[in-house]
Amino acid sequence: MMIDPLSVFILLLGAATPILFAGLGELVVERAGVLNLGVEGMMIGGALAGFAVAHASGSTALGFLAAAIAGAALSMIFAVLTQFLLSNQVATGLALTLFGLGLTAMFGKPYEGMKAPAMMPGPLGLNWMIWLGIALVPLVWWFLARAQPGLILRAVGENHDAAHGLGYPVRRVRILAIGFGGALAGMGGAYISIATVLQWTEGMTAGAGWIALAIVVFAQWNPWGVLAGAWLFGGVTVLQLRLQAAGVAVPVQLLSMAPYLATIIVLVLISARQKFGRSGGAAAPGSLGRPFHALR
Amino acid sequence: MSNVFRAEGLGKTYPGVRANDDVSFAVEAGEIHALLGENGAGKSTLVKMIYGLVRPDEGRMALLGTPYAPHDPRAARAAGVAMVFQHFSLFDALTVAENIALGMENPPPRAELARRIAELSQGYGLPLNPARRIAALSAGERQRVEILRCLLQNPRLLIMDEPTSVLTPQEAEILFATLRQLAEAGTAILYISHKLEEIRSHCDRATILRQGKVVGTVDPRAHSARELAAMMVGAEMRLVDRSGRKPGAPVLEVRGLSTADGEGVALKDIALSLRTGEILGIGGVAGNGQEELLSALSGETATTPGTVLLEGRDLSAAGPEARRRAGLLAAPEDRLGHAAVPEFSLAENTLLTAGTRQGLIRKGLIDRKAATAFAQQVIRAFDVRTPGPGTAAGALSGGNLQKFVIGREVLGRPRALVVNQPTWGVDAGAAAAIRQALLDLAAQGAGLIVNSQDLDELLELSDRFCALNQGRLSAPRPTEGLTVEEIGLMLGGAHGMEVAHVPA
Repeated sequence: MMIDPLSVFILLLGAATPILFAGLGELVVERAGVLNLGVEGMMIGGALAGFAVAHASGSTALGFLAAAIAGAALSMIFAVLTQFLLSNQVATGLALTLFGLGLTAMFGKPYEGMKAPAMMPGPLGLNWMIWLGIALVPLVWWFLARAQPGLILRAVGENHDAAHGLGYPVRRVRILAIGFGGALAGMGGAYISIATVLQWTEGMTAGAGWIALAIVVFAQWNPWGVLAGAWLFGGVTVLQLRLQAAGVAVPVQLLSMAPYLATIIVLVLISARQKFGRSGGAAAPGSLGRPFHALR
Repeated sequence: MSNVFRAEGLGKTYPGVRANDDVSFAVEAGEIHALLGENGAGKSTLVKMIYGLVRPDEGRMALLGTPYAPHDPRAARAAGVAMVFQHFSLFDALTVAENIALGMENPPPRAELARRIAELSQGYGLPLNPARRIAALSAGERQRVEILRCLLQNPRLLIMDEPTSVLTPQEAEILFATLRQLAEAGTAILYISHKLEEIRSHCDRATILRQGKVVGTVDPRAHSARELAAMMVGAEMRLVDRSGRKPGAPVLEVRGLSTADGEGVALKDIALSLRTGEILGIGGVAGNGQEELLSALSGETATTPGTVLLEGRDLSAAGPEARRRAGLLAAPEDRLGHAAVPEFSLAENTLLTAGTRQGLIRKGLIDRKAATAFAQQVIRAFDVRTPGPGTAAGALSGGNLQKFVIGREVLGRPRALVVNQPTWGVDAGAAAAIRQALLDLAAQGAGLIVNSQDLDELLELSDRFCALNQGRLSAPRPTEGLTVEEIGLMLGGAHGMEVAHVPA
């Protein structure tokens, strides 16, 4: 069997892109102290909206724009429920995932069997969404680590009471972060329908949103870690496909399991290191998942 | 024109509470002005209004002679008002420099900010490394960060909300030296506290609040602590009665007790001997092993054989329930969550620790009638203000729940009782009642260990005093004749702080 490393790497970049987008978005949301488990739902919403607009207009760029808007719109449901009505973030996020899957199953019916327009190729034969995803990593890192608004976002996520005490608008910062996370999740989902599968199928994100959530933890809330995690997951996905194609004598079901299994193993190793090791305390934002309510 | 800040007729109403009512007072340039009052007297609401966190319902404020109505803390800072919070408003995962930048309107570039932090911290004798993370700093150092954050804005009015509650007496002295230095440079300082001695020795004037109203503005040096307390409470303070106690035979022996390094502080080779009828006071700044000691004695943490003996019986291997049955009871400081389940009714909460001792649980079945009766007994004996035993613990105010939790253990007829922070967050009247109950319990022949950060309380209650510092317990000293300065030294002195130099 022959597996060419370069071609595997190029395929890996494609397989990693949806998770990279969704993971970076969720990272920003979590750094602002909000846990949105609705990534899967926002991704599938973006996948359908992006596919529909790209198909109707013939422009993939318009498709991704629509996907970003759809993802952000879905995230605003979560934002209103958790930030204004103070609902439980875990339950609301799960509901958003179920809602997104159900909604797209219904509205997606007419699009089944249609074909997506071709992606515009970018430099080195890689499409421009791959490049955009990679470019977002240093941008998000720079924003969080160096820019004043990023510092405020981290402060809100770290200790929302103290941030409020200093006069920062906790709720507004969080809503903006949730919207950004939704937009990136939507674009990540659309990458699957427009650039990878090239058509719409019900439930096509197949757990990518959950992998993205796991990768944020794997990354210890660091954008470069999200890139590494996305590449790791993409690599395992591509490798198992290649092994399947090469006809290795391992049951297909086991090979298909590999990416998810890899994610679980990495998460276990990281928790073990945090518990027994030297890494000196978890990197999770201090106010992650806690509701904020200011008395006026 | 020496008025830096003036409030006229400020009022604020929350649902069911008149937090502030017609509050008027003025702070002058160069003075340290104390705001004195019990918990719930409206001090916090008042300073939140000044700092723009809460908007007053009525009344006016003026800063430097011009009308002042901040709509958020940033506006307050821009106008020249800075505040050091009681519960630190710092971000653990961020560095000192980042924390300070968050408190400034227009933070300079990083290198410039680091230079200014270093310069200012040296000038005030508050050494700090701008690149360190807050999580790695001690309580005293964290407070320095808060103070520096304020000083970098050159405030005209500096508000300090109970700043000395986390400091040793020596650290507090250094803080006052810094404040005095600032006041002499013309800053007005509004100092919130309920520690009367501290206010009497360091503040120029004191405005006293009671139930949201101003009782008066006085010169604290011209009044005794008793007179100030009477103004705060609105009645003469009852003196606690220490009589009727005779230390007898040892009841609780602790020998070579150490715990493993875990989340908190490890206990290191603790030894103590508690006699019947005696109260042993343990002082220390929070986070030096108080909670760990209570857990090791109550049985929550496993202890090695031969370390905890009650009346000669080795209880080291016994769990909390077995220790309670033997007569070793404990009241932890975290009332909601550790000492009581907030969602449970008071009657159900009695079952948690008094279940078998009071016969409320028989053959594994709960006797609800007995539990309700016992809860009723605690409520009556300790004057807990609540509709009845069916009320959820979480619905009680902090002070009332504290009375209930302590009462539950005291009425459990312990042979030895360990109490952490018995009057933390409790108003002065209730605190006196709790202290009296502890003294009465000792007079009936029980041995008590009281962990507290309130040194005056320890001096008032205990027969012997030990200091707990980084998991080590000092040798006990008789309280009689012990001064606060000596206690401060036992607590570890000033933790590496230096006295302020003249600023550059």
